[in-house]
Amino acid sequence: MKVLVPVKRVIDYNVKVRVKADGSGVDLANVKMSMNPFDEIAVEEAIRLKEKGTVEEIVVVSIGVKQSQETLRTALAMGADRAILVNAADDVHTDIEPLAVAKLLAKVVEEEQPGLVIAGKQAIDNDMNATGQMLSALLGWSQATFASEVAIEGDDAVVTREVDGGLQTIKVKMPAIVTVDLRLNEPRYASLPNIMKAKKKPLEEKTPADYGVDVSPRLEVVKTSEPAERAAGVMVGSVEELVSKLKNEAGVI
Amino acid sequence: MAVLLLAEMTGGEFQQDATAKALTAAKQLGDVTVLVAGDDVAAAAGEAAKLDGVSKVLAVSDASLANYLAEPVAALVAGLAGDYEHIVAPSTANAKNVLPRVAALLDVMVLSDVTGIVDGDTFERPIYAGNAIQTVKSSDAKKVLTVRTANFDAAAEGGSASVEDGAAAADPGLSSWVEDKVEESDRPDLTSAKIVVSGGRGVGSEENFAIIEKLADVMGAAVGASRAAVDSGYAPNDWQVGQTGKVVAPDLYVAVGISGAIQHLAGMKDSKVIVAINKDEEAPIFQVADYGLVADLFDAVPELEKAVG
Repeated sequence: MKVLVPVKRVIDYNVKVRVKADGSGVDLANVKMSMNPFDEIAVEEAIRLKEKGTVEEIVVVSIGVKQSQETLRTALAMGADRAILVNAADDVHTDIEPLAVAKLLAKVVEEEQPGLVIAGKQAIDNDMNATGQMLSALLGWSQATFASEVAIEGDDAVVTREVDGGLQTIKVKMPAIVTVDLRLNEPRYASLPNIMKAKKKPLEEKTPADYGVDVSPRLEVVKTSEPAERAAGVMVGSVEELVSKLKNEAGVI
Repeated sequence: MAVLLLAEMTGGEFQQDATAKALTAAKQLGDVTVLVAGDDVAAAAGEAAKLDGVSKVLAVSDASLANYLAEPVAALVAGLAGDYEHIVAPSTANAKNVLPRVAALLDVMVLSDVTGIVDGDTFERPIYAGNAIQTVKSSDAKKVLTVRTANFDAAAEGGSASVEDGAAAADPGLSSWVEDKVEESDRPDLTSAKIVVSGGRGVGSEENFAIIEKLADVMGAAVGASRAAVDSGYAPNDWQVGQTGKVVAPDLYVAVGISGAIQHLAGMKDSKVIVAINKDEEAPIFQVADYGLVADLFDAVPELEKAVG
């Protein structure tokens, strides 16, 4: 079975986000970028399935600016076999919307015919949590989102999902889309020899026009602003003082 | 200007609080029809009809909808979409699973975790773990959105909408439910509790987490956890508060042994009063806390429990 894993280049999760003074967006110039953490978990899961012998080939896809090549190389260094970059934006500040990404991925799926797509449940930049579900809709496939456990049993994937109230296990017919949550696995680091080897793995470049997909946005960003700041609080010296303040000052207990 | 609001059905049970909060948002957009979908929703539909401001309840009972699997529910909602300009649901795990699928079936974008409604086309939503708020204007004919319940007050009861029965869409039969593992608890629900007591990595073990739970019980609070505590196995996944967990805004949030990573702050910084107890005085949680106490949690928490008990 072939597995397709979409990966996104996003601001590194440790970087402090700064909103641009003119309200046009978040400043991404000269900021450390990395693979979306949920996508790393997706890549790792695909590699583990390959190590178990369930999967023969892992194809990673990224849609965005050409620097997303670095993200794809990271995935190749972790253990993916082949990469496709869809050059869909010139400016790092352009975020291709999940619907457009899903349409491009649907075309890639048509060409590649994977048995399974494993994706991160959400990207930590736009926090939309949508691409996997949208891709699944466009393909008419089953979906298993927010996975914390994945087992392949014949033509089915048995997936345990993190839901409100606990865990839900469902069985989906493959081909299917699985989106992964934090607890699925701990992604490996790429070793230096593997990073060197990854440079020689195939990376194909495409454009949205190659797939006949219009990526123009449906949502116009009117403005981007700083969230409301919380006023600085006070330090208390004891539990007694804390309880007194909560009772008499804040009135919450 | 008609709005279809998906009633939240967690584990087949009608969730009044989440639904009533999303209703407050939906009412700003137009005339609200509530869709109650599940295995047998007669009672749930009756409860939804009592919410103030509901024009009509559409009750769809079908075995295929029992576990709110994405494919049959999305097919149902997309099939009903013709009559509505807005499709709204509270930002629950169910809605996050289903609504993007609905949006793609309708060839429109989804708007996730809306925190503010500017007008019928324009919405505010947090991005980058709540470190920025984006105002976006949709050019789509239909708007499909999930709303953050922490940002809207619950609509009151007092309505008496009519209930109409509807039919499910054909089930493509692509997926099936195996089991739910749900912790039964007498504690208030995390997303609607007035007080939340959360523990972090500092708590140290699953056994130690009992002191967080005891404090919560004395205070009549829900229990939350940081990602670090959940990843370490101290607390179950559905207690996680943060960017990718639950977003809460209680009257009082007590953070115990939580350092305050931005991903955690994203899930609780709209709380009215925040208390932080941490032995590290440099912990970033103190920057958002109204009241900070530098102390060993194993001394402070039992003392606090005694003082408020």
